[in-house]
Formats: sequence, structure tokens, C-alpha cells
Amino acid sequence: MSKPWRGVLYAVLLIAALYYLLPLYVMLSTSLKTMDEIRAGNLLSLPGAISFDAWHKAWGTACTGIECSGLSGYFWNSVRMVIPAVLISTALGALNGYVLSKWRFRGSELAFAMLLFGLYIPFQVLLLPMAQTLGWFGLARSMAGLVFVHVVCGIAGTTLFFRNFYVGIPDELIKAARLDGAGFWRIFLRIVLPMSLPILMVTLIWQFTQIWNDFLFGLVFSSGESQPITVGLNNLANTSTSVKEYNVNMAAALIAALPTIAVYVLAGKYFVRGLAAGAVKG
Amino acid sequence: MASVTLKNIKKNYTKDVTVIKGVNLDIQDGEFVVFVGPSGCGKSTMLRMIAGLEDITDGELYIGDTLANDVHASKRGIAMVFQSYALYPHMTVAQNMGFALKLAGTPKAEIDERVNKAADILQITHLLERKPKALSGGQRQRVAIGRAIVREPKVFLFDEPLSNLDASLRLNMRVELSKLHQDLKTTMIYVTHDQVEAMTLADRIVVFNAGIIQQVGTPLEMYENPSNLFVAGFLGSPKMNLLEAQLVGVEQGAAVMRLPKGITVRSAVDASRGKVGDKVTLGIRPEHIQLADPQDANGIPARVDLIEHLGDIVLAYIEIPGINEIICIKLPGHMTGLKYGDSVRIAFPEKNVLLFDAEGLAFKRTI
Amino acid sequence: MSVTSRPAHYGFAEHWLPRLVLAPSFLLVLVFLYGFIAWNGALSFTASRLLPNYEWVGLAQYEALFASERWWVAVHNLFIFGVLFIGGAMAVGIVLAILLDQKIRLEGALRTIYLYPLALSFIVTGTAWGWMLNPGLGLEKLMHDWGYAGFSFDWLVNPDRSIYTIVIAGIWQSSGFVMALFLAGLRGIDDSIIKAAQIDGASLPRIYWRIILPAMRPVFFSTLMILAHIAIKSFDLVMALTGGGPGFSSDLPATFMYQMAFTRGQMGLGAASAMMMLVTVSAVVVPYLYSELRRSRHV
Repeated sequence: MSKPWRGVLYAVLLIAALYYLLPLYVMLSTSLKTMDEIRAGNLLSLPGAISFDAWHKAWGTACTGIECSGLSGYFWNSVRMVIPAVLISTALGALNGYVLSKWRFRGSELAFAMLLFGLYIPFQVLLLPMAQTLGWFGLARSMAGLVFVHVVCGIAGTTLFFRNFYVGIPDELIKAARLDGAGFWRIFLRIVLPMSLPILMVTLIWQFTQIWNDFLFGLVFSSGESQPITVGLNNLANTSTSVKEYNVNMAAALIAALPTIAVYVLAGKYFVRGLAAGAVKG
Repeated sequence: MASVTLKNIKKNYTKDVTVIKGVNLDIQDGEFVVFVGPSGCGKSTMLRMIAGLEDITDGELYIGDTLANDVHASKRGIAMVFQSYALYPHMTVAQNMGFALKLAGTPKAEIDERVNKAADILQITHLLERKPKALSGGQRQRVAIGRAIVREPKVFLFDEPLSNLDASLRLNMRVELSKLHQDLKTTMIYVTHDQVEAMTLADRIVVFNAGIIQQVGTPLEMYENPSNLFVAGFLGSPKMNLLEAQLVGVEQGAAVMRLPKGITVRSAVDASRGKVGDKVTLGIRPEHIQLADPQDANGIPARVDLIEHLGDIVLAYIEIPGINEIICIKLPGHMTGLKYGDSVRIAFPEKNVLLFDAEGLAFKRTI
Repeated sequence: MSVTSRPAHYGFAEHWLPRLVLAPSFLLVLVFLYGFIAWNGALSFTASRLLPNYEWVGLAQYEALFASERWWVAVHNLFIFGVLFIGGAMAVGIVLAILLDQKIRLEGALRTIYLYPLALSFIVTGTAWGWMLNPGLGLEKLMHDWGYAGFSFDWLVNPDRSIYTIVIAGIWQSSGFVMALFLAGLRGIDDSIIKAAQIDGASLPRIYWRIILPAMRPVFFSTLMILAHIAIKSFDLVMALTGGGPGFSSDLPATFMYQMAFTRGQMGLGAASAMMMLVTVSAVVVPYLYSELRRSRHV
């Protein structure tokens, strides 16, 4: 390719990069401004004096509806929700994937096909019956109920991840282990699991991102004490007060985004692999 | 150490798909038996059934005097070496070799001792702390064999263990396996599709095709007296020349056949169960065809189609007018004078010509 | 299967353990996905309003749904959103993938930048874009500051335009995803095919158009599937960016369903709309899954 064309190529790519970075920049700079500064300047202007007031307010005192204690409570709710939900759904996915790839039995392929379709079900069809059922078990609007919903809806994806990974482990390895005297559990714990680190990372990160970012289930199946950060952020940003405090909104949005961005930055490789694995379903 | 006895073993995957159709075989204690055949012939399935990795649909499998059909794979006293080696990638060589003993609860000191002993036999002591990833193909192969040795099995099973190695390594490992068998004197069952491996390693060869045993015998027996066309064509490289012919004379201890264009050939077989006019197939190995004197009227006139110089030998592919099959002749390496298009005369020595009936079964040789 | 037919080479435990291990997940999915679909289907044939009420009303809820102006706005919006969002994300993603595939320095960094929005919640995306697109202090003021005094941008509060703001934010969030999938696909193409085409004298654009893109058909279809699936399920972004408004001008079926079922006490109607969503998704996904499963069986 000729020189001028390469120049154009780089220009286009850099403009695209600016387009993707712009909202992040705007969020960050807005969150460090005061409201006066926001009214005086514009979207792109840099904050004059860096002020963390908006961050403090978003974390501790901003109003999310009637209550005015910021996002901190919601944040910790999300942490308390995401840890058990991710661990349980990943563990179940690993076991299911192990069975569906290495211990097939009559009917196991049908079970897999049913799980696979579960990936695509619009969750709207589950909301009403689920709300009813959680109510019967006394889990309505509770943290446990929310974790349960995330586990049920996550199983299909985690199973698929592990199953597709385990299909790549040679069957002869399992046979050798059987000859060596290892049974179902020992093969899993001593042979298969130690080889699973990459897919374990992919699944943990994928599930973490999915569950942390979920809004629908948080909105429908939780209230007050158990609401996750996405619901808190939405309440905060869309609370109809007379003046919209954009700096607080942006600080709140960044607080909600920080954990997943951190994961993305630290383990981007696995994140992208998860996308690819999730995309090539089947 | 133990014998292995197969009694009318059958294997169905579904009602209609039968891969093993009734196999009977006695393998002696300490014998090295090679299952050979084309891919899909059932030899590997048979081996996996002996190992306990596949169900036996019907029939009885004895290891020693024990009926083993329902014995768990790990309790049959067998060890298996896989084609892909199947080494546990996250364990060191020593851990790989000792895994079975560890699972069985063997004391650590004894595991170490047995692993070291096996490593010593295979000269892989310096690799014991490495992971499989850091090993070459040949080294992995040794570790896989070592893992089997450590278990001190009654029977060794090998599933195409050399097919992932390159040619020169394969030769080395073949020699070592032979030596290993001499040292250990354990029963070994070895599956391969490579007839050279079969010929060189086996005490006895079992040729499989289409789920049944075609013939069992020592390598030489098989080579000299194949019981049917399949075995005749399968063993030997280059292949035995097979020509269609008509039986025109049945004599005491010999048969006379006619090839197209009125060429007659004699064979030292007892063809008394055939009758004149039968369609037959005659077979002769490339090394047995002789070049006749160009003036010899008894020689069959032919023309050279292609010459391959392999150094120690010369392979000549020749065409006889009126016969479709190209005939291969193996000649000593010094006969470099032949070239494309040369006219030659060839002879089929009576004692080397084999004969098969229309069903492909061999007539018994009389010499 | 009966115990007698268990493979003899499996022990008793090895025969039953796999089933036992799979059973809890299988039952969860059977009851909580498939059972609930049936239950929701049943609800859609009842007169349920604030609370479930199993008085059978036949297709009345569906008739009401199809007579509802708001539902048709949502469907219409889904169509606009679907076409523009999928088309836009595909176009941006494919172009970026092709450009990035030209042995670019800094490729890793650029890829990271293009992809990070995917790690964000749609709520975060919606909040950020809501601020940037808001009339008054956002983009409009920026353009005024830059000297375009007459510039006006009121899509967020204009009922005829509000759905397009969701398209903009949606494309921003998801085009990197398309880029990543296509880049992986491009890297998977056998280099020798391209070399051969070059030797045959084909120009670079021609090679892409005639050889590489056709080879990307599977990637194209799976990406299309995922984007369509995202579009049909879209809920968070609307809630955060416009709340479905102004009025219900930017409603999508997912927000319609939520509003009916959980805030307006029209449970039966909500259930009926959810069933319609399921039917739509199934119409897209079932043929795709069927062909995928068949293909993977043949490989």
C-alpha cells in the first residue's frame, strides 16, 4: 500500500479510537468538575480545579429516590450478589461441561441442546413466574433470590464454555486415567480441573461482567436492601430532582463501571476469548 | 503375567452396526501378539475391549483364568500405551508414571523406587522432573511406556504407539520394544496398521479385516502361506502380484493355469478341490519373479514400464501384453542396466506361485 | 436406561454419577426455563392484572395487545432500532476489523480501546450518553461554543427522534464486539489463499470483496444472530437513556413488557407481549441453532 493511503488508514483508526474514548473522557472530566463549571464550560473542556466532591456525593450522599445515602450500599450489594452467583454458576458449568463432553450417556445430547436454547430465551418470559415462585419460597426481593436467578440463567452459558473447552481434551487422557484407577471424581479433580485454568478464567470473567452489569433482574427481583449498583445508578441518574447534577451522575456511572473496567484492563485477553467462545455457540 | 483368551467375542454399537463378529483367540503367557489390519477393521476396538474401555457385547474374555468381562478396567492387571501417549500435561514425568500407584495408595518410597527402576530401563531418569510439554515425541513415547511398566501389569496393550513418530525414531523404538519384551517377558498385545511393525515385532500376527480374524500365525508362516487373498495382499511390501487366471489342469501336487493370450503358468499347490475351468487368482511375490534369458522360449515376453532404484534393490514394473495388472519385480541392486521400454522375458517359478480360488481362499501348497 | 444395560466397563458409580451430577442443572433449566415459559404462556391466556388470576380469557390479551397503539410503537421502534443498530454495528465493526488487519502498529492498544465499552453496563452507557446528548449543556452547547450558533440537537426529548439516540449509544457499545469477532475470523483465513489471489493479479479491495468476505459467512451469521438477539432483548439501554420516553415514543417490546407486567398492573398483557418476544427470538434462533448443531455433528 502506498504511503498516503497508510496515512489515511492511521487517521481513520485514530479518529475511531477518539470516538470510543470520548464518552469515557467526558464522564471522567465531568465527574471532576463542579456544577458551576459544567454550566460555564462545555463537554470537552477540562476541569479547572479538580474536585472530588461529586465522587464523594455519588458514593455517600446522593439521592436515589427517597433515600439519600449514595451508591455505597448498592455497590456492596452487587459485591455480595456477584461473588456467590459467579462461583456457583461456574462450578455447575464446569461439572456439566465435564459430563457432557467426557461422560456422555443416552439423552445427554438432548440435555445439551435444551441448555443451548436456554442461552437465547428472552428473559422476559421468566419474569412473572419467577417473581411468583420466589415469593412462595420467601425469597422475593431478597439477595438469595437474586443470586438464584443469576445462577439459573447463567448455567447455560457456563456449561457451554466448559463443554466446548473439554471437548478439546483428548479422550485418551480420560481413558488413561481410568486405567490408572481414577474414577469420575478423581479424573475431574486430578486431571481435568488442573488443565482448566484458561477456561476457568474466561468463565469467571464473563459471568462477573454479565452479573455485575445486569439491570433487568436487579430491577424486578430486588428492592431496598438488596438492589444492585445498576439499579442504584439508574435511580440516581433518573431521580427527578429540580437540577440534574451531571457531575454526580458521571461519578456514579464510573463507580458502577470501575470493577468491570478493572477486570477488562487486567484480564483483557480472557475477556476477548470469552466473547469469541460465547459467539461461536454450538 | 497371564494368558489372554477370547471366546467368540462380539461387539455391536447399535443393533445393526456390528464391528466385531465373533473372535476366538488364545494368547499365550509371555507372547508378543500383533493385531494388524486396515483402519476400521476392528483391531483397535478389540484392544479396547480387552482393556475394559469398551463393552463386550457377547462372548467371554479371560485374562489368566479370570473371566474379565465385568472387571473394571483398572482392576484387570493391564496397562495400555496410547497412540497420542495421553500423558497428563500438568504433571511431571515422575508424577505421570507414579499416578496409578498413588491412586492405589502405594507408599511413597515404593512409588519412587518403581518409577526410578522403570526410568532406568528406558533411560529417561534425567527427564523425571520435566513436564510432557518439554519433551520430544520420542521421549514422550518412552514416558508413556514407562507409565505402563511401573504398574507391573500382567498384560501390556499398545494402541498404534509408534504412528506419531517420524520414520527413523519409529525404527529405534521398534527395536527397543523388542528388547523390552525380551527383558520383561510379559504378555504384550500390540495394534498397528503397519505391516512392517507387525512382521518385525510379533511372535504371532493376527490379521483382522471387517471385524473377523483372517489368519493367525507367525510372521513367516503368514508371509509364506497366506490363507486367503486379503492376507496375501496385506503382508509384504511391495505387494504380492495378483493375476486373474483360469484353472486348466489339476495334477498330482500341482495346478496349471492359463493367463490371457494363452500364457500358461504352473503352481505347486494341491488344487484337487478345484476343477478345470474355475476362475482363480494366482499370486507371486515380487522377489520371486525371475528374469529369463531373452532367448528362452518359455519366458513370458514383457516390457519395462518403470524402474525404481532403491540402492540395495531395484523395483521393475513391467507390463505383459494382454494382462491389465502391472507386475512388480524386485531385483538385486546391481541390476541397473534395465530402462524404460526394454523388452524382457520373465518366469514364474512353480514353487513360488500361490493360488486362490474364486472365494479368495488359498489352495494348500505342496512344497 | 435400566441398570442391566449399563456398560459393563463402567462401575455402578460411574454409570450413575454423570446423570446425578447433571441432574440438578437439568432440572433447574427444565423447571425454571422451560416450565416457566409454559407458565408464562398460561398467564397470557388469563385475565391476570395486578395479581395472577387464572380466569381463562382465551386470546383476549393478544387481541388487546394487537389493538394497543403503544405495543405497535414498540414493535415499530424495535424494527427501526434493529435495522439501524445491527446495520450500523456491523458496518463500523467490519470496517474497523479490515483496517486493523493491515499490519497496524499499536494494533493491541487500538483493539483494547475499541472493545472496552463492552465491559460496561448498558446503564452506564445510557447514563453517559444521556449526559452528552442532553439538550442544553451537552453536545448542543459544545457546538454553540465552537461557533455553530444555530445548531440544535433535541433528539433525546423529541418523540420522533428519541429512538435514534438509543441506536447511537447501542452502536457505540457493540461495534467493538463485531470488530473483535471479524478480526478473529480474518486471522483465521488461510494466508495462502490470499497469496494465490495476489499472484493471480487481484487488487487488495477486490481480494477482500471477492475472497475474504465470502469466506467470513459463518462469522457474519453468528454475529448477526448475536446482535439480533441483543436488539430484541434490549431493555437496560432504553431505561437508562430515555426511560421509554418522551411519553412512550422510545419503548421497545422489552420495556413495554416490563411496564405492563410490573408497573401498570397488566400482567396478562405483559405475559402476552413476552410470548411474542419469545416467538420472535425463536424464529431467528431455532433455524440457526439447528444448522449449527448439524454442522458440528458433521465436522
